[in-house]
Amino acid sequence: MSIYSESDANAILKKVVALSKADECTASLEGSIEGNVRYALNNVSTSGIVSNAELAVQVAFGKRAGTATINEFDDASLRRVVARAEELARLAPENPEFMPAITRQAYQPTATFVDKTAGITPEYRAQVAADCIVPCRANKLVAAGFFNDGQSFSSLANSNGNFGYQRATSLDFTCTVRTDDAQGSGWVARNLADVSRFSAPTEIQIAMDKARRSSAAKALEPGKYTVILEPAASVDLLTHMLGGFDAREADEGRSFMTKKGGGNKLGEKVFDERVTLYADPADPSAPVLPWDDDGLPRAHTPIVTNGVVDHLQYSRYWAKLKGKETVGQPGNLIMLGGEKSTMDLVKTTQKGVLVTRTWYIRMVDPQTVLLTGLTRDGTFYVENGEIKYPIKNFRFNESPVIMLNNVEEFGKPVRVMPQEAPTVMMVPPMKLREFTFSSLSDAV
Amino acid sequence: MYRRDFLKKTGAGVGLAGMGLAAMEVSSLLLPANARAVPAGVLGSKLDVAFKKKLATAALDTATKAGATYCDVRIGRYLRQFVITREDKVQNVVNTESTGAGIRVIVNGAWGFAASKDLDVDGIIAATSQAVAIARANSKLQTDPVQLAPTKGVGEVSWATPIKKSPMEVPIKEKVDLLMSVNGAALKAGADYIRSVIFAVNEQKYFASTDGSFIDQDVHRIWAPFRVTAIDKASGKFRERSGLSAPMGRGYEYLDPTPAGRVALPGGAVVYSSSYDMHADATAAAQQAREKLKARSVKPGKYDLVLDPSHLWLTIHESVGHATELDRVLGYEANYAGTSFATLDKWRSKSFKYGSPNVTIFADKIQPGTLGAVGYDDEGVKTGRWDLIKDGILVNYQVIRDQAHILGLAESQGCCYADSWSSVQFQRMANVSLAPGAKPLGVGEMIKGVENGIYIVGDGSFSIDQQRYNAQFGGQLFYEIKDGKITEMIEDVAYQMRTPDFWNACVGVCDQHDFRFGGSFFDGKGQPGQISAVSHGSSTARFNGINVINTARSLG
Repeated sequence: MSIYSESDANAILKKVVALSKADECTASLEGSIEGNVRYALNNVSTSGIVSNAELAVQVAFGKRAGTATINEFDDASLRRVVARAEELARLAPENPEFMPAITRQAYQPTATFVDKTAGITPEYRAQVAADCIVPCRANKLVAAGFFNDGQSFSSLANSNGNFGYQRATSLDFTCTVRTDDAQGSGWVARNLADVSRFSAPTEIQIAMDKARRSSAAKALEPGKYTVILEPAASVDLLTHMLGGFDAREADEGRSFMTKKGGGNKLGEKVFDERVTLYADPADPSAPVLPWDDDGLPRAHTPIVTNGVVDHLQYSRYWAKLKGKETVGQPGNLIMLGGEKSTMDLVKTTQKGVLVTRTWYIRMVDPQTVLLTGLTRDGTFYVENGEIKYPIKNFRFNESPVIMLNNVEEFGKPVRVMPQEAPTVMMVPPMKLREFTFSSLSDAV
Repeated sequence: MYRRDFLKKTGAGVGLAGMGLAAMEVSSLLLPANARAVPAGVLGSKLDVAFKKKLATAALDTATKAGATYCDVRIGRYLRQFVITREDKVQNVVNTESTGAGIRVIVNGAWGFAASKDLDVDGIIAATSQAVAIARANSKLQTDPVQLAPTKGVGEVSWATPIKKSPMEVPIKEKVDLLMSVNGAALKAGADYIRSVIFAVNEQKYFASTDGSFIDQDVHRIWAPFRVTAIDKASGKFRERSGLSAPMGRGYEYLDPTPAGRVALPGGAVVYSSSYDMHADATAAAQQAREKLKARSVKPGKYDLVLDPSHLWLTIHESVGHATELDRVLGYEANYAGTSFATLDKWRSKSFKYGSPNVTIFADKIQPGTLGAVGYDDEGVKTGRWDLIKDGILVNYQVIRDQAHILGLAESQGCCYADSWSSVQFQRMANVSLAPGAKPLGVGEMIKGVENGIYIVGDGSFSIDQQRYNAQFGGQLFYEIKDGKITEMIEDVAYQMRTPDFWNACVGVCDQHDFRFGGSFFDGKGQPGQISAVSHGSSTARFNGINVINTARSLG
């Protein structure tokens, strides 16, 4: 059993805090049960259930801190984990940037737990796999996918009397469908809190359709194109930009948010005026825990409003040094858009490229956030408002900062999960001009 | 996604890219699932072999009685230590330990796997029964039964990484002192900032199978990355230079500088082979980061590239290592890491020109000091070495026991690995290396023959498509070559390539005196994702007429 009730979690954490003889003690207890099914070549390859719970204890003597964790919670284990944290703290050198435990907080609960998602069974997962495999087998298509769901609880407490507890659920689905001659490839992804809004038979049609339509792609010259990026195609470009919002990195002179001559770009217009980004732990489509990894309460935080930067993330230490307020590190990111669908954006495009998905994105130059990566699993040429034909995948070299200054139009935001960052986001389909494709790829 | 890593909380940051090689940020260090922090004293100890054999035998007996035709047990203890610093501050010292057992069985021709953290007979038997039940359930859906290539039992044997100084037993203070001195040297030499880390890994792995093997292995790895930043306040420009060491399958002695480990390159850069002088490299990094601020921006176009092993390892990894993993070739990784252009028809033709006749690329799990070196893989197969590309022709792939029959091989090549006792073992990349040239050839001599080229040292940004065709690579240091001479440092260089075109443009490889390794702790694959550590050796090699782009941009 790895999901504890609020009272059980509180009892364990209270014991831990009371056991510590250090100047201060912060403890967090978390647990989860996750289930998954994986399939490839139209066959289920693996399925499993992973269950774990973990207690992390951080103690400090003055500015010397130590952390230890354990996954057993009997009294002897609790004594052991506290003793280990205290031993490490005594061994550690003083950290001049040490910040004391936070004061008692009042967290506003958010709707992160959905009963139906917590109730997903192995039979349901097997059915998801079957719903993808069966139609593919019947249509000369080959499915490879992964469905992962889970429920969890998070709780925290410290020697200042702080306490928080909340449960959460999640569901993540991806499926790649290839034609059996390996000439076409399509993809679909869905990340949701509520399983009752998920339908594998509907989703798989998207990937099947893209696989069929992407077959026999033509080569287009690399260059600057107007692009329509589906939300899944832009989300991983956006996340690579987020590190630049760290106030300390900006103040130190090593971020795109650094101001020439010193200081940062807080209050300056950095993006097109249609770019508005904010964090909100209570967002109904993408709720997250009401506290961050330091236990600081998250709040509705405007980050960019009409292109102007109104938030940089100050760590507790940097905020103290700079005389700034510190707010909880965002757990989600909401980008505003319009009402149009991806296909609506295609309809108003004279000439352009529709991108389903981007892949293997890496930072080329952190100074400008220049990124490189490739399109994948459904790239199409658009002319006179219609998808004309599939095109070969491109490598791009582009900066999200430049991209968000070349805005034509944003559509209706949808919930997406980045492939390489833990921040759930609401991202609109984007129509952008002068997006830089630098070479062709033969990959299907 | 649920489990919060306490490292994140305490400032180290945790990151992993499951779809390829993870970005090797100094700040992105991984803590394995189920790991727990332990004090230093715990790290020197080991589990008793007799105790492990008793547990393993209980699992094998249980599986056999329940009708399994095969069973293997891995009892693992995975230790890690991180010392994480920036400038004059130690940000964190973390020790982690993760212990448990993973049991894999074949019942009715299907695999089943289960794992338990409870290292007692009851826990092992319960997990074995669960693995049998899962295999039985899986067998109902399975169309073809598993075909396991035979592996002879080896009885009770042991293997250990040949280290001189166990990194786990070196006191934390010694590591802190080294990093503080390294950081101080960089700041003194002109760096504005530096982050540095010592990262030590010890995998104590016991493997037993119904083939009659009881294999006890003690695997050590060490890595000491850093990154220096130099800033020009007036222009707002900044440049970074990362360390030029390699993660190695060596002990702490790798960090004791020796003259033999120092390799001075034409143009002035210094790289390292058998040992690493972190202090000297950090000093050079600070100077070179400042030099990069003023270096001329590259003119894009076609150049002949001379690639140092500290750079070339990553190109080998992405364009050959991954492309020749048989599970990718077959489509098992299609939804995540992708497939491969190096399809079976190309291999069957025995004439597919992956590269020029100068290109022989081999896989191995045995080269001393490498990350891949072990005595036996995670399904009890004795490790070895084999060619993937011979004189330019694709001749083989990387396989494990249940894939060997697909290539008509009589036995596995020993490429099976799991990153934890709790994760199921599967095909992972062996060391993949470019064989040195047979004729005597040094780097200086190679550069003399280049009219219009760029000499690249160190690995930079990297990206490749899902079939391993189109790739783009940056680097740490770039030097222009004009008429056989290195002229000056240049900046903003990245090259783009199509894999077979690139390897067919290889006109020369230096001899074995120049052979060195690079590598990564963080090669990601699978869903749920697992990591793996792998080395890639090469001598300096030359590639003619490669497309170079300029990566400088302006934000206005």
